[in-house]
Amino acid sequence: MTREAQDREARSRVAVVGMGVKTPAGSDLETFWATLLSGRSCAARISRFDPSALPVQFAGEVSDFDPLAYLDYKEAKRADRVAQLGFAAAADALADAGDLAADPARCGVVAGTGVGGLMTQEQQEEILFSKGAMRVSPMLVPMMMANATAALVGMKLGWTGPNFCVATACAAGSHAVGEGARLIREGSADVVLAGGSEAAVTPIAIAAFARMGALSGRHDAPELASRPFDVARDGFVIGEGAAFLVLERWDRAVSRGARIYGEIAGYGRNADAYHITAPSPGGVGAAECMRLALADAGIEPSAVGHVNAHGTSTQLNDAAEAEAMVKVFGEYGPPVTSTKGATGHLIGAAGATEAVASFLAMGAGLVPPTANHERTEDELAIDVVHGEPRRLAAAPVVSNSFGFGGHNASLVLGPAPSSDKP
Amino acid sequence: MDRATVLEQLTEVAVDVLGVDPSVVSEKSSFKDDLDADSLDLVEVVMALEERFSISVPEDKLDGITTVGEAVDLVIGIAAPNGSSDPA
Repeated sequence: MTREAQDREARSRVAVVGMGVKTPAGSDLETFWATLLSGRSCAARISRFDPSALPVQFAGEVSDFDPLAYLDYKEAKRADRVAQLGFAAAADALADAGDLAADPARCGVVAGTGVGGLMTQEQQEEILFSKGAMRVSPMLVPMMMANATAALVGMKLGWTGPNFCVATACAAGSHAVGEGARLIREGSADVVLAGGSEAAVTPIAIAAFARMGALSGRHDAPELASRPFDVARDGFVIGEGAAFLVLERWDRAVSRGARIYGEIAGYGRNADAYHITAPSPGGVGAAECMRLALADAGIEPSAVGHVNAHGTSTQLNDAAEAEAMVKVFGEYGPPVTSTKGATGHLIGAAGATEAVASFLAMGAGLVPPTANHERTEDELAIDVVHGEPRRLAAAPVVSNSFGFGGHNASLVLGPAPSSDKP
Repeated sequence: MDRATVLEQLTEVAVDVLGVDPSVVSEKSSFKDDLDADSLDLVEVVMALEERFSISVPEDKLDGITTVGEAVDLVIGIAAPNGSSDPA
């Protein structure tokens, strides 16, 4: 028996029993899923501030979000938008999970983010330069720190179990779900709220990503800008949002009769150790990461139903990820979809958002189309779902996230066994 | 400086920073017990008062400020250091 197989026998299975989203594509599961199936992209001109001076003036915004529906006045005032969105998604996921009746000391939180409370930091820096140090808010540190979302969720719920943040750029959401699952596997927690949040649709972030050449410059048609794996892609569309999943020890979820969306079946993570922003040539790091996740789940590549790709719509990511998929699955392997066509790139919230999309896809037996994808670049030997949803029997999904810094995370998400469905 | 004016301004600040109802703010109100303000809140309240009255409150003066009335005294004392204000 391999070591992986021994580990699988010893460890607890991890059920997903609740999900919540606050994304440009929808702030509840029904709307989110309907948007993904429609193939519509949600990028539009930025409305929350005047973007006229910026090189890129469109993004994916969460337009229907009222923090006061989740937090009281003072709580909302003391939380950056990143924590507001994160808490709201976590609260929705918790409400979706039914009555957990869990010991708060056995309940944990793992929250991913790329940068934390960036809007607050920018506003306070303006105050520092215009009015001086004595006008900087005492709330700046607790609002900007990357772990603020994890802290807020824990405080509001009174959960005293393991609680931490992961900050691996665009991979943070998948790392959070994977690390959350490990807490349950290893026995550190019975229930974990795992997910990610990001609110980096801010002037400095857009200026900086634009200066890297990472953002799409399709100003004439923002709604066509995010087009993963398409021959005419020209960069990603930055988005804000949050998604959380309630993970629960499998036997516990079954015995309380929980509605089970599926399971976190496998988790791989590694590092390219190559370049601070560019993926390793040929996608070797990403390929190895997917292999690690499949080995962790104990399944062969042929058992994978579809891949929810990182698929950012940048030249470099999509080419390297396609090569990585060919290395793992062979040419034109399982169907590939990218949620980012619809949502834009939610940075630290992307992986968790895409895990939610993957569970909804397995539940419906449908792979959503990749929004805006018209023609796959010739060199990419992958089968990109586009145009309309593709019917597919529920089968494990590989969901990828790759962050600047060369941080890779792949999840293998398993469907709910039919006997466990309500 | 008119004491009623300071209290009025301080009440507005408390409503904005602390999210309290203006009716609960009086000179006797304890920041901690009645207005649910912690030390970070108190710094924000004082910063807002500094803006409104164009004054600068030295940090050591904040020690011992527990009630709204004491904060009113502090503002009046700093705004009119020569004691020209009317404390009545």
